[in-house]
Amino acid sequence: MTTADLLGKLLQVVMGLAVLAAVVGLLIFFIDKAPKKGRDYWQLVGFLAPALIFLAIGLVYPAIRTSLLAFQTSGGEWTLDNFVWTFTQPTAIRTLINTVIWVLLVPTVSTAIGLAYAVFIDRSRGEKYYKVILFMPIAISFVGAGIIWRFVYEYRSGDREQIGLLNAIVTAFGGEPVQFMQTDPLNTFLLIIVMIWIQTGFAMVLLSAAIKGVPTEQIEAAQLDGTNGWQRFINVTVPGIRGALVVVLTTISIATLKVFDIVRTMTAGNFNTSVIANEMYTQAFRASEVGRGSALALILFLLVLPIVVYNINVLRKQREIR
Amino acid sequence: MSIAPADLPTGKDRGSIEGAAETTALTEVVGTKSARVKKRLTSRTATVAALIIAVLWTIPTFGLLISSFRPAELVRTTGWWTIFENWGFTLDNYKDVLLSTSQSSPQLGAYIVNSIAISLVGTLIPLVLATMAAYAFAWIKFKGAGVLFILVFALQIVPLQMALVPLLQIFSTWLRPMQAWLHDVVPIIPEQNYAPVWLAHAMFALPLAIFLLHNFIAEIPSEVIEAARVDGATHGQIFFRIVLPLATPAIASFAIFQFIWVWNDLLVALIFSGGTQDVAPLTQRLAEMVGSRGQEWERLTAGAFISIIIPLAVFFGLQRYFVRGLLAGSTKG
Repeated sequence: MTTADLLGKLLQVVMGLAVLAAVVGLLIFFIDKAPKKGRDYWQLVGFLAPALIFLAIGLVYPAIRTSLLAFQTSGGEWTLDNFVWTFTQPTAIRTLINTVIWVLLVPTVSTAIGLAYAVFIDRSRGEKYYKVILFMPIAISFVGAGIIWRFVYEYRSGDREQIGLLNAIVTAFGGEPVQFMQTDPLNTFLLIIVMIWIQTGFAMVLLSAAIKGVPTEQIEAAQLDGTNGWQRFINVTVPGIRGALVVVLTTISIATLKVFDIVRTMTAGNFNTSVIANEMYTQAFRASEVGRGSALALILFLLVLPIVVYNINVLRKQREIR
Repeated sequence: MSIAPADLPTGKDRGSIEGAAETTALTEVVGTKSARVKKRLTSRTATVAALIIAVLWTIPTFGLLISSFRPAELVRTTGWWTIFENWGFTLDNYKDVLLSTSQSSPQLGAYIVNSIAISLVGTLIPLVLATMAAYAFAWIKFKGAGVLFILVFALQIVPLQMALVPLLQIFSTWLRPMQAWLHDVVPIIPEQNYAPVWLAHAMFALPLAIFLLHNFIAEIPSEVIEAARVDGATHGQIFFRIVLPLATPAIASFAIFQFIWVWNDLLVALIFSGGTQDVAPLTQRLAEMVGSRGQEWERLTAGAFISIIIPLAVFFGLQRYFVRGLLAGSTKG
């Protein structure tokens, strides 16, 4: 990077901010100076138009266009081939199966561990430090997490000393080192661990908060009835945090369905590890199969849709109760 | 993008989750603990189990950190847990990835600048536009406001993937000529500049941003706004003098969330940055390094640590805002 490069970049940022400030400043200036007649209308336009234009160009039009592209050949003729490919080609089917495995495992396991951890540390000494430790991976990018875990899974052939922790453990117990990232289907599960590692902290923070909301009286009453810890947990705590559990599960499910960076960084979808979001990128931007990529994007949308609708309903009900 | 599970805290009137998030803003726990008279239910086994989980969760990052400070030769031949037998610490890896100008070095300096530039402007544009739109939805009465707001809200369910191909086409048709023109006028600005990445991030952030900020701005007592209007204040004045100052906490939470989101993003960068060191952010460079030099662990570990240090600093420094913003927007994308 030369000084000129740096200057160019700095100039871009300054110009970008200047344009933003100028547009907003001018808009609001003219809104306030608008003729009395129809001033309300112009004020509304001034405040709303920039965001709505961005949304129309960036999301509304593209979403419609992608939906159409999914049903077209590269020549622009209408076809169902893209979907036929998705549901018949072995690699594409594998992608769908992998996505299902991801979405079954990640939300359940991270919620389970997060919940257990939240219960274990509840009102213990140093609770906040315990929380920080588990929550920290959330701040780390998926790319960073991918590198961290690739290092754990690193393989060294033959008698060379292992530098990856997992293979070191395997060899310490007398096993043969494994090429983890190349071993199907183990590799998919190892990638899933990375996502679980990231999402557990999120589950833990939300569930921990919910647990603190369970009334003490209920727990004490159960205690007086002579229940043990496990019974109290299942019969008092879990029903008490049901709402939070649903939100955590659905939220992580949505994030998992869209997982891209982890797969991209760790295997790039090779060795039968691809998932929908990664395959969408590969097809549309690497293989120039825009139709197939669009079909996969549409499938992703349709998979996310019911979870999101369900999530909204749960949240709305919680609001009404409040 | 999809639906936020929780909105930004709005004073007293908070939903269960948001309120809960607030209390767990990690730092606040201590205060409430003394007030609790509940008997501790945790047994010794539970503490041990928690300790094991905590250690398991830390080890991978810890190994990366240690390795990034070890001499290249040792990183390649010995495990980081043998640090005591194979003693040696060095800053060479960091010097190499940051300062070295040799062809083989990843030269991360330029990419760090890109990450900062992209995150900064990619946060500010949606923030400004969303605050304005949120104000309009909350305080300018117009026909169809409800329907329009629901439509904007609903856009959150459109996954990023749905927008990528057409948006790239739009950019190459309309934005590219402008970029080329700008390059002709100001030669030090490369033809491939930040504009597409900024705009893409801004567009994708808007539905969530408008929704969250609207929730907050709509909570401002109407007497305040009405009083200003009676005094003859224009919408512009109300916006700048009343709404912006009052909405600062919500704006800050969203800003932090969006900054981290953009900083950690890979997908948008891959598609809109072009991949050169003129524009590509750190994440993209690192992903590329994994692909082409997956064995150079001394560089990968140092590079990865540089890329996670900023979000971690934000995490530790602005924990309360961070948790709040993160919980609010955790399903974005």
